[in-house]
Amino acid sequence: MIANKKYTNTFNFAFIDEATKKEIRRKLLKAVAIPGYQVPYSSPEMPVSRGWGTGGLHVTLAVIGREDIFKIIDQGSDASVNACNLREFVQRMTGCRTTFDTTEATLIQSRHRITEEELNERQLFIFQVPQPEPLRGVERYENRTRQMHGEADYARMWVSLYESFVRYGDIMLGAGYPVKVNDRYIMAPSPIPRWDVPNLHQSKALFLFGAGREKRLYAVPPHTRVEPLEFEDVKFNIENFSGSSCSRTGYKKAFLDELYLDDGSKHHVINDSNFLDKLSEKAEAKQHSNKYLNQLGA
Amino acid sequence: MSGNNNDNWLLRVRNLTKIYGEPDENTLNLTGPEYNSNICPATESIVACADISFDLYPGEVLGIVGESGSGKSTVVRLLHFDMEATAGAAWLRPYADGGINILQESGQKKRFIRNYLMGMVYQNPRDGLNFRFSSGGNIAEKLIMAGNFHVGSIRDRASMLLEKTEVPVRRMDDRPSSFSGGMQQRVQIAKAIANNPPLLFLDEVTTGLDVSVQAKVLDLIRELQQDLGIAMIVVSHDLSVIRMLSDRTIVLKNGRIVESGLTDQILQDPQHAYSQLLVSSLL
Amino acid sequence: MNILEINDLSKLFRLHILNNKKIEGLRNIHFSMKEGEVVGLTGKSGSGKSSLMKCIYRTYLATSGEILYASEAGVIDLVKADDHAIIALRKNEITYCSQFLSVIPRVPAVDVVCERLFRVEKDKNEARRQAKDMLRDLGLPLELWDAFPVTFSGGEQQRINVARAIISRPRVLLIDEPTASLDARTKDVVIDMILQLKKQGTSVLCISHDEYTLERLVDRRLNLQHGQIAGAALA
Repeated sequence: MIANKKYTNTFNFAFIDEATKKEIRRKLLKAVAIPGYQVPYSSPEMPVSRGWGTGGLHVTLAVIGREDIFKIIDQGSDASVNACNLREFVQRMTGCRTTFDTTEATLIQSRHRITEEELNERQLFIFQVPQPEPLRGVERYENRTRQMHGEADYARMWVSLYESFVRYGDIMLGAGYPVKVNDRYIMAPSPIPRWDVPNLHQSKALFLFGAGREKRLYAVPPHTRVEPLEFEDVKFNIENFSGSSCSRTGYKKAFLDELYLDDGSKHHVINDSNFLDKLSEKAEAKQHSNKYLNQLGA
Repeated sequence: MSGNNNDNWLLRVRNLTKIYGEPDENTLNLTGPEYNSNICPATESIVACADISFDLYPGEVLGIVGESGSGKSTVVRLLHFDMEATAGAAWLRPYADGGINILQESGQKKRFIRNYLMGMVYQNPRDGLNFRFSSGGNIAEKLIMAGNFHVGSIRDRASMLLEKTEVPVRRMDDRPSSFSGGMQQRVQIAKAIANNPPLLFLDEVTTGLDVSVQAKVLDLIRELQQDLGIAMIVVSHDLSVIRMLSDRTIVLKNGRIVESGLTDQILQDPQHAYSQLLVSSLL
Repeated sequence: MNILEINDLSKLFRLHILNNKKIEGLRNIHFSMKEGEVVGLTGKSGSGKSSLMKCIYRTYLATSGEILYASEAGVIDLVKADDHAIIALRKNEITYCSQFLSVIPRVPAVDVVCERLFRVEKDKNEARRQAKDMLRDLGLPLELWDAFPVTFSGGEQQRINVARAIISRPRVLLIDEPTASLDARTKDVVIDMILQLKKQGTSVLCISHDEYTLERLVDRRLNLQHGQIAGAALA
């Protein structure tokens, strides 16, 4: 009888088989070599459905090593259901240490946020991406968006920003503000709030992006220019939280969540749960610095 | 002495050819006006146009007239890079001083030529405009492609162009889907001239419009021609449009030029049998 | 100096759609004109006067022969010249005024008249002012100046037609029946305008049936019969 290697109880380290890991790594290297360029990849089957973080998981499992310390957040929180499930999965498949502490982690997987705390050159930051194609909103067809990227023909993207400004008074209201990477490709930074976008620029850490459902990988190497798209007279700006502060710590300069309690009262709380915990315990927490944050003052 | 500058052309086209299908060496010999057919009997390939050659001088208006299947729209679409030519060459003076065949340039260079040096107005506004953007946004697209990233100046220029084409400026932020056919055409024209191109293609721009609307669009084109001195290639099956707009005319039949000359000469003293037929059929 | 020299000019019309019927328009025309001359072209209807003029203007393609024109850039054969050269000449040097006004729709009378001026006179108001002066001299009523000529009477259209040709002060003016359908007073005004042009150096070739016009206007006549010159006579 032929031994069934795939469905035996013992799994390969990090679940994915070595040949597939090799393929993903090669694609990641290509992505790092061409900042912002979307590289198609195999997007192998996972025990998690598409649309639930498979892209981020692919990248994590392809690059993780036994000594890595793994952290995963979902919209800033380490404790959300999906974050917990994925953390357990990775821990069981790799036997790695896991942590909530941003500074301790070597590999951080995230859904829709960058940590408030500064990242360093030892860290890999992995994004889960729903729609990797920033031009999808203005062009339905994949072969045309590929051509547009190839020829740097981004006029339609710009027009949609112009239209948004004309219609709503601001370039873009939602998350996932389009950016230009290394002065060449326009990239979708995943639906992170505008607050986080400046932290992609000239970072010490390596950013990797995985879109499992769309089967694309892309990357922003450390110390790379990442600039939000803006007009000469209509500029990018981060969310404005003036007048609000975190109700638990009183801190003002972080991305805040709006909470409504049962009695109807409105509170703001720092979104990044680890950062919140550290500030609450009066522990050391060094925040990112960028020109937009610096303008906020105290 | 001829007294003219033979080298002062703006656009020079030689042997422009477009064949669909798989032609063989006889295809061109078995099609054309003498055979009254575009279709090669041996290979069933279709000769949309063949051996089209002409010169266009700055500020001149060239009319291309012919009936369905004559290849007139094909010619401007080839020159505007909407399609790939099968054979032939074209040179544009403002591009590399007319030294490079633009039909063989790379995609990126063709886009540069299209954005900065050409304007195109289609018969159907949906071909030339993006109906998901506002009319101002459509013009903005052309301006942005030419490197203008200042919203204020984009809006100023778009307003000015809409005024020039007699589209109410207060509708600048409305989508073209809410405009009448004539106004959609005028927005198309505004967009086409946004970057002050030296060359403008007009492909059956008034066909299908009501007569009074047609008149307004034609007036606008004449005025723009007088004010801006843009060289134009006007494609129409309607000889009266050609008569109104163009200095010179070429007559196409089954994809070939059967006659070319001054417009009044073609209309009053046509030499070729087909031209005589066309002219005598004018209502 | 000869501004125009026509040698052995012939024009044969070949009508393919009428079974290749051939109609002779002009045969062996020899004729020359000095600069500043006013020559009258006379002859019965169908004798080829308009054909000759249209051959010079290149609306008709001559079948054989040559038309040598002393342009500002040198002598050029209008029969063989290429289209672009002709367009340039028509723009700057040679004006043709046909028998009837070819109506450009929806252009007011004033603008029709000064259309050619727009190309040289950048100030549109100045061009319009000159046009209005001319229309006033020609007796065209004020209320018609901004109207569209399509609804005008024959005489009114003719006045605009002539004004349009004269205002641009060309080197050569080819004019077909300038005084037909005009009353006596306007006839004189038009003739004076053309004579004024002549004084400024314009050479004029004029087709006319009207003896009074020919008497006052032309230096000599050229009579055509059946497409050939019948005999040149001094006025």
